[in-house]
Amino acid sequence: MQAKVNLPDPSLITEELINKYPAKVAKKRRKSIVVNDPETTPEVQANVRTVPGIITQRGCSYAGCKGVVLGPTRDIVNIVHGPIGCSFYAWLTRRNQTRPETPEHENYITYCFSTDMQEEHVVFGGEKKLKVAIQEAYDLFHPKAIAIFSTCPVGLIGDDVHAASREMKAKFGDCNVFGFSCEGYRGVSQSAGHHIANNGVFKHMVGNNNEVKAGKFKLNLLGEYNIGGDAFEIERIFDKCGITLVASFSGNSTVGAIENAHTADLNVIMCHRSINYMGDMMETKYGIPWMKVNFVGAESTTKSLRKIAEYFGDEELKARVEEVIAEEMPAVKAIIDEIRPRTEGKTAMLFVGGSRAHHYQDLFTELGMTTIAAGYEFAHRDDYEGREVLPKIKIDADSKNIEELKVTADPDLYNPRKTEAELEELKAKGLEINGYEGMMKQMMKKTLVVDDVSHYESEKLIELYKPDIFCAGIKEKYVVQKMGVPLKQLHSYDYGGPYTGFKGAVNFYKDIDRMVNNPVWKMIKAPWEKAESESLEASYVAS
Amino acid sequence: MLLRHTTKEVKEREGLTINPAKTCQPIGAMYAALGVHGCLPHSHGSQGCCSYHRSTLTRHYKEPVMAATSSFTEGASVFGGQANLLAAIETIFSVYDPEVIAVHSTCLSETIGDDLQQITKKAKDDGKIPEGKYVIYASTPSFVGSHITGYANMVVGMAEQFAKSIGEKNDKVNVIAGWMEPSDMREIKSLASRLGVKIVLFPDTSDVLDAPQTGKHEFYPKGGTTIAELISAGDSKCSLAVGCISAEPAAVALDKKCKVPFETVDMPIGLSATDRFIMALSKAGGVKVPDEITAERGRLVDVMADMEQYFYGKKVALFGDPDQLMPLTEFLLDLGMIPAHIVSGTPGNRFEKRMREILERAPGANFRNGAQADMFLLHQWIKNEPVDLLIGNTYGKYIARDEDIPFVRFGFPILDRIGHSYFPNIGYSGSLRLVEKILGVLMDRQDQTALEERFELVM
Ligand code: SF4
Repeated sequence: MQAKVNLPDPSLITEELINKYPAKVAKKRRKSIVVNDPETTPEVQANVRTVPGIITQRGCSYAGCKGVVLGPTRDIVNIVHGPIGCSFYAWLTRRNQTRPETPEHENYITYCFSTDMQEEHVVFGGEKKLKVAIQEAYDLFHPKAIAIFSTCPVGLIGDDVHAASREMKAKFGDCNVFGFSCEGYRGVSQSAGHHIANNGVFKHMVGNNNEVKAGKFKLNLLGEYNIGGDAFEIERIFDKCGITLVASFSGNSTVGAIENAHTADLNVIMCHRSINYMGDMMETKYGIPWMKVNFVGAESTTKSLRKIAEYFGDEELKARVEEVIAEEMPAVKAIIDEIRPRTEGKTAMLFVGGSRAHHYQDLFTELGMTTIAAGYEFAHRDDYEGREVLPKIKIDADSKNIEELKVTADPDLYNPRKTEAELEELKAKGLEINGYEGMMKQMMKKTLVVDDVSHYESEKLIELYKPDIFCAGIKEKYVVQKMGVPLKQLHSYDYGGPYTGFKGAVNFYKDIDRMVNNPVWKMIKAPWEKAESESLEASYVAS
Repeated sequence: MLLRHTTKEVKEREGLTINPAKTCQPIGAMYAALGVHGCLPHSHGSQGCCSYHRSTLTRHYKEPVMAATSSFTEGASVFGGQANLLAAIETIFSVYDPEVIAVHSTCLSETIGDDLQQITKKAKDDGKIPEGKYVIYASTPSFVGSHITGYANMVVGMAEQFAKSIGEKNDKVNVIAGWMEPSDMREIKSLASRLGVKIVLFPDTSDVLDAPQTGKHEFYPKGGTTIAELISAGDSKCSLAVGCISAEPAAVALDKKCKVPFETVDMPIGLSATDRFIMALSKAGGVKVPDEITAERGRLVDVMADMEQYFYGKKVALFGDPDQLMPLTEFLLDLGMIPAHIVSGTPGNRFEKRMREILERAPGANFRNGAQADMFLLHQWIKNEPVDLLIGNTYGKYIARDEDIPFVRFGFPILDRIGHSYFPNIGYSGSLRLVEKILGVLMDRQDQTALEERFELVM
């Protein structure tokens, strides 16, 4: 595949991007900037430390653990152990929507809990205060579960959040209390926190309730956090198809559902980066295969539904899925037909997250737009190049510190849902069973792949490529818009969404159409400024 | 219900803070540093803090917020962050070319014991700071104070590390801005110029966090107090600290270092506080208050008199930051309203004492600041004694909706409305805007709930 749009010579671009850096920095950054070839998928340096002083998009391990993975489950009281800020900033800012069963059901997502650590606790230890806080949360709310998140100082002063949690759990008897050592300095980005969260949820929640609930086609949806209602749309489609969602990790989820997740027969993974560990661990312990899917994009949704039906191998389900697709697609098509003439041929850049920069390319393709450069904020090489590179990835000092759980088959509950032969057969049909092909194979030749893009590099990229739209997060939003280029936030969706499934695709088409064709971008210059530059041009022509 | 687990019964808590009415020091330091021209704030800690602070400030201003981080990993956390900071300084000067880097610490670097003074000195000795460029610093551990004290500490850093006295006083007055919006800072400059007082305002985030759309991103926007101005502050004839919590410490530092006498006034929110501010500024500048400003004052009083019936006896719950809460509470009392419940997460005896004094006019009021003075407690108080109006930052909207209370957004952060960066809340005209906002929600409420036969055309 060759890009349809004219691209500047990408080999020169790398130099442009790094020539202002000190030599050592330039040497390092060069390895994270790669000209794509979908056939050979060249190596991208990823998941390495950000150079101090570089303005990065990245956040911390705590953000990945509490903010991303645990945050969306509505009935856990999430207590952040540390100074007030960490908890304050993660308070409701991620837009994980949730829909409690009734007005009486628990929902703590609107609350922010913190131990508000003070200097005396840093000096003399904060464990005592933590236990008091846990007790108070229990007395006030009697929740099913309380989770404790360690922020930066906690590890250094030696507070043992795990011991405190165990003690309180034993004391209460009817409340699951568990802790996470997700101090912000662990790993190199949010990614470390995802892994730590996966471990904790797997250890402390999954498998707590063996009750097998009704349902013929039962799956878990992994790595879908219900931002802007994404999970609601997927739930709607599953429902319509007769697919039973046992648990979602973790958008619109509950403790009860997660504790029961191991009774499902398939794990489908949306965000590979943040949750693949869970897929692997559940496969090993319970024999549930996982499969990569993507519900971002109408075509991708269609494909993913067909893959799920194929996995279950049930003719009735396959027929139902086709019915649903046939029912849903006309509305999508009507909109895209109307919008596409206005978006066709335009270009996009996506620098965001650990899977979104990949998934959203599908929607742009549906709009007839080309992704000319993309990269992740906190992904690993496998998210770029595909999981086949896993054996080749060197584990460095920063990753070594993140615990790898030793998981073995459960003596009672291990039950392989498919035989090896069946799995091979499904893979041969193109199902990404226990696999992920990564972003680069889908991107065109000569497009650019940049990991952990810096502020400086993104400004340069915009200058050089002049994309029609740039996708990133809140920190980049107004920088890019000040340059006269619309920025679509792909963490918060600019407070819109959902963008998944059929309805979501329509929302996205409309939003992008509105953004790239918005009259405001033509109003930036005042009439007198325009007049000035025109008369200047005119006078040049005259002379 | 959004906050369905908030109980009416108030139980004392000692360990758990729920729905805080404060955040941490570093974000205040970052905000203050943005008020210096050509300055890149730098967060000395792990990446998360910097990312969170930038995100929160960006959501509040809908503007670019540039700041760098030392990007600590586990190694730095064990061996100290000196190498990271030195590397960061080098990278920043070569890539982003600021006039000054303003480094603030975080809970992590403070817990390890990194000494910013020593590290920045080393950077200078090692030649990592180019000629004519600066690195300043402030110690802002997140486990002390709040975002407000963090702001104050960075402003102290500016005063201590920039101001110099050449021994000759000039006729300028330093106006040290407490944590306020760019619009408020712009208003202070306008008031001073209308009074005819020459001032050095610092910090000054106007033209930084309210920058125009030009099609070009200015990494260092036009605004901000210049380094030359900050240096000259040491020779100003006096200083006016606007806010005893967030501005006065810098005035004290300046007095100590350069013998610049100072006076502290409340932030000019409302009639009485603006009166005091104008008197102090005109006295400092040795000028008479022009009629134009007296007339502006008169317009505010006029509205207060004409609309008094809508304010009188209305109960208000409010939360926020000390330098705003003190004059705001006083203003509500001046309007005939009843401040009923007030919380602020920012600790401090001076704040508490001042509030108790102001609240002598509202004997039944609940007030608490510091530990566990959070929005959960405020909400519980409201459940026990309902109010007619809630004033506070965006997080208040959850309480406002659950309890069905008219709500005026005021303070930091405001994540869901615009206006605060463009239209001041200080001075007479800013106070008039505040009055208009309060009236707006109260009268809208009356319009929505009045019986049909009592629905009024003229109000
Ligand atoms: S980096 Fe550390 S202190 Fe900063 S937000 Fe993350 S956990 Fe909190």
